[in-house]
Amino acid sequence: MIAVAVEDVWKFFGDYPALREISFTVEPGECLALLGRNGAGKTTLLRIIAGFSPAGRGQVRVFGRTARAVETRRLTGVLGHGIAVYDELSAIENLTLFGKLYGLADPERAAREWLERTGLERVAHGLVREFSRGMRQRLAIARAFLHDPKLLLFDEPFTSLDDRAIAVLQSVLRDGLLRGCTIVMSTHQLREAMELATHVALLNQGRMVHRCERPPEMLSDPGWLYARYGDL
Amino acid sequence: MAAWRLVLIVAHKDLRAELRTKEAINSSFSFALVILLLFSFAFDPTAEVTREISGGLLWIAFAFAGALILNRSFAREQPNDCLDALIAAPVPSAALFLGKALANWLLLLGVEAFCFPVFGIFYNIRWTRQFWPLLLVVVLGTWGFTLIGTMFSALTVNIRLREVMLPLLVYTVMTPCLLAAMQATSLLLAGEPLAGEAAVWLRFLIGFDVIFTSLSLILVETVLAG
Repeated sequence: MIAVAVEDVWKFFGDYPALREISFTVEPGECLALLGRNGAGKTTLLRIIAGFSPAGRGQVRVFGRTARAVETRRLTGVLGHGIAVYDELSAIENLTLFGKLYGLADPERAAREWLERTGLERVAHGLVREFSRGMRQRLAIARAFLHDPKLLLFDEPFTSLDDRAIAVLQSVLRDGLLRGCTIVMSTHQLREAMELATHVALLNQGRMVHRCERPPEMLSDPGWLYARYGDL
Repeated sequence: MAAWRLVLIVAHKDLRAELRTKEAINSSFSFALVILLLFSFAFDPTAEVTREISGGLLWIAFAFAGALILNRSFAREQPNDCLDALIAAPVPSAALFLGKALANWLLLLGVEAFCFPVFGIFYNIRWTRQFWPLLLVVVLGTWGFTLIGTMFSALTVNIRLREVMLPLLVYTVMTPCLLAAMQATSLLLAGEPLAGEAAVWLRFLIGFDVIFTSLSLILVETVLAG
């Protein structure tokens, strides 16, 4: 079954078409990197796939279901611009909360496992508002992976991460890919993303101008796609 | 998972966050207290006047103080984009909404529980004479208010002038609920039994709550996810 199928999706903000005629599919186990300048429509597209915002026209199917179906949401992990954890709660309270919302059998155990995996076990009972930026980012990563999602939607996941958080994120993303997870991420951090991406797509002014398997040239020259297709 | 369990999880999260910061409940309680005290000192009403205006006075205090709690309801989700994480979770929007409404309802009932003794002391009214009927009216009136307030809190969460828009929208829609609650409260505080006119207003409150609970549950998915 196709993991993500985007069919002729348009999105309008007022009269302005932020996305135009976007169609593509992502097979299970693929890692698609959405590239494009600021304002190209990457975040808008990810928000539609995540079910945060409806498409103006067209449709999105995730594992054969609509993006807003409860079962789809159970299979999806989202990491957006915000860390999406509560400052007033402790790290373990945050993760246990989301574990319960995702219906995990033992939310507290899952929370402890992910705190350990992200190096936060010593501050498990500390309030998030007292965390450093790097710790908050690692907690956000733990929150996104907590329920063992089959599809990961990441919006600029490497932006403003410290070195340790980048290492944690790359490690869990690699593990995810090995387990057959599907990843769709928008990014400006080409070097980090190209190590993981199996496919790349270039967006320009709301259109998908190119989509292909990640060219080998992009490992040594991450800007290769822009130079070749991004006459923007 | 049973929807009610999800409702309780969301409500518990909101209550825990609020009781840690006490941002809304402190300001709400202080505001209600100030209104009750100012009216008491400014007008020095006689016993008869007090009985006539008691319902109106109490519900004005609850409505203004409640707006402070309701304003925080979805605004609490804004820092760190927490609302996105809630919307992304496999929780029916109706359960999410009911959880937040339940937390607001309990917080507002808490403020009201403090206000009644203060009201009794400053206005020299024995408000416990019709305790159970009064409790029923307060519970139903507060639920109607909370329901509408929580829905508009979700609608206005991304508006820049949220603090201004929310009361404008809420007070307009909740006028019938407020009116019924005020009338029933005044009658009960005057010592009348829950029969006749008071019973009519109570039935009105029940109808209002049933209609707006149903409407909210139908519309909330559109409000939260477009």
